[in-house]
Amino acid sequence: MAVETNQMRKFLNDPAAVVKESLKGLAAAHGDLLRYDVANQIIVRKDSPKKGKVALISGGGSGHEPLHGGFVGLGMLDAAAPGEVFTSPVPGQMLAATKAVDGGAGVVHIVKNYTGDVLNFKLAAEDAADEGIKVTTVVIDDDVAVQDSLYTAGRRGVGATVLAEKIAGAAAEGGADLAKVTDTIKRVNARARSFGVALSSCVPPASGKAIFDLPEGQIELGVGIHGEPGRRRAPLGSASEVVDIMVEAVISDLKPKHGSKVLAFVNGMGGTPLLELYLIYGEVDEKLRKAGIEPVRNLVGSYITSLEMAGASLTVLELDDDLIRLWDAPVHTAALRWGV
Amino acid sequence: MDAATISSWMREIDSSVRAERDHLVQLDAAIGDGDHGTNMVRGFEAVVQALGADNGSPPGRLLIIAGRTLVSTVGGASGPLWGSALRSGGRVLGDQITFDGAQLAEVLAAALASVKDLGTASLGDKTMVDAFEPAVDTLRARIADGEPLARALDEAARAAEAGMRATIPLQARKGRASYLGERSVGHQDPGATSTALIIRALQRAATSES
Repeated sequence: MAVETNQMRKFLNDPAAVVKESLKGLAAAHGDLLRYDVANQIIVRKDSPKKGKVALISGGGSGHEPLHGGFVGLGMLDAAAPGEVFTSPVPGQMLAATKAVDGGAGVVHIVKNYTGDVLNFKLAAEDAADEGIKVTTVVIDDDVAVQDSLYTAGRRGVGATVLAEKIAGAAAEGGADLAKVTDTIKRVNARARSFGVALSSCVPPASGKAIFDLPEGQIELGVGIHGEPGRRRAPLGSASEVVDIMVEAVISDLKPKHGSKVLAFVNGMGGTPLLELYLIYGEVDEKLRKAGIEPVRNLVGSYITSLEMAGASLTVLELDDDLIRLWDAPVHTAALRWGV
Repeated sequence: MDAATISSWMREIDSSVRAERDHLVQLDAAIGDGDHGTNMVRGFEAVVQALGADNGSPPGRLLIIAGRTLVSTVGGASGPLWGSALRSGGRVLGDQITFDGAQLAEVLAAALASVKDLGTASLGDKTMVDAFEPAVDTLRARIADGEPLARALDEAARAAEAGMRATIPLQARKGRASYLGERSVGHQDPGATSTALIIRALQRAATSES
């Protein structure tokens, strides 16, 4: 029986079991790529640990699918540690994942910049170091909607996480060492910026209530990926006007060189169909070219989501030949697959 | 006070976060992501269970077990923050079988110090520190003045509640609410709210037995 409240219509058996039951399904669907370690609540690449290969793990709250479990596989992550919906996993999960994938060449923790994720990963990295595993940590913080200063928690980690996992995964698969893989993630994070907008909130299964109400004709600008309100609310304009805001926010902060080659990532928040995401991509492509920036690679689809939120985010990554080669390298995961 | 005080404190927290669960979720939904009530309930339910299974550990040890349990069950920011707070507090007591008001104040001071260290938050950032720090300062001062423990704890709980209410007009500078910038103004901080519940629970646990 599905569960229905005033604001929630979801396919659930028990709201408290949604994460575990979904992970079970992920493993049932993609048993050729990954396995689900029920006791530790982690998703591990089927052929992990690979001796001599740097391993990559990431994790965070659930509700952002396919992030991160859908990115476990060849050329991307070695393990994912999913927490409860919108809640960081606990250190024991990251530690178990680290131990499960360590092939002797070290493990990189890719962490989205949220206080909970950062704190729990920090405790896990300390425990892993105590057990003699070489761990490096890279915090992703690409969201230009958030002011970065000494007096805030800093920028959130959003779309660049997906790009960093793909690109660094390719580097690790190609035999790069721990320092090189770590540096690759840092380069992606340094050269990527994101901005998100929302046309609705979303409903976490545990509460059954929408996180906020958005009146008709309004848009939330500068949202993250937890159904939270954005930096400000504005009257909803045309798609072209909305994309103007997104492109301007990203480009004015990234400041790519004239003639730069970029990867443009138009991401759906979970409730916006591809019909609209491609419409947005068309606008993005045109506006970037007008600004003298060349989108030579792209990704369009819902890859880092906020449950059923209607909305989209734009991530622009400034590329070089090395990053293009790593982006094009083979990948085989539940959510991304090419070259194999 | 002894091990029973700590167990009773944890049970009092469990029942008050359970009673206030929806309120905490609502406060968190306004400026965060709406999981604070659910997380605190999950954590303290596990703490009560862990302490129920314990066989005669001294009070400091119970706090360390409680802290470990929070770290391993809560996730989010509150798991590591309250987890390391209780562990640091527990270490202050060592293997002592009993403790007095002044030592309790030192337990809370050590807990606060570890929250501030791990979370890098200061008074006025619109976080749990805004409720925690006034409570610790008040308890220390009243105990030093020779006030009876029950009254000192009541005043500490009032200070936490005042600190909690004082977060309403503040703009968040740490934690998830900081992403909202000016829009965080006008909302009471959920972390400060659960902290005030935790201090009030301590007052109830310590006074019910004296």
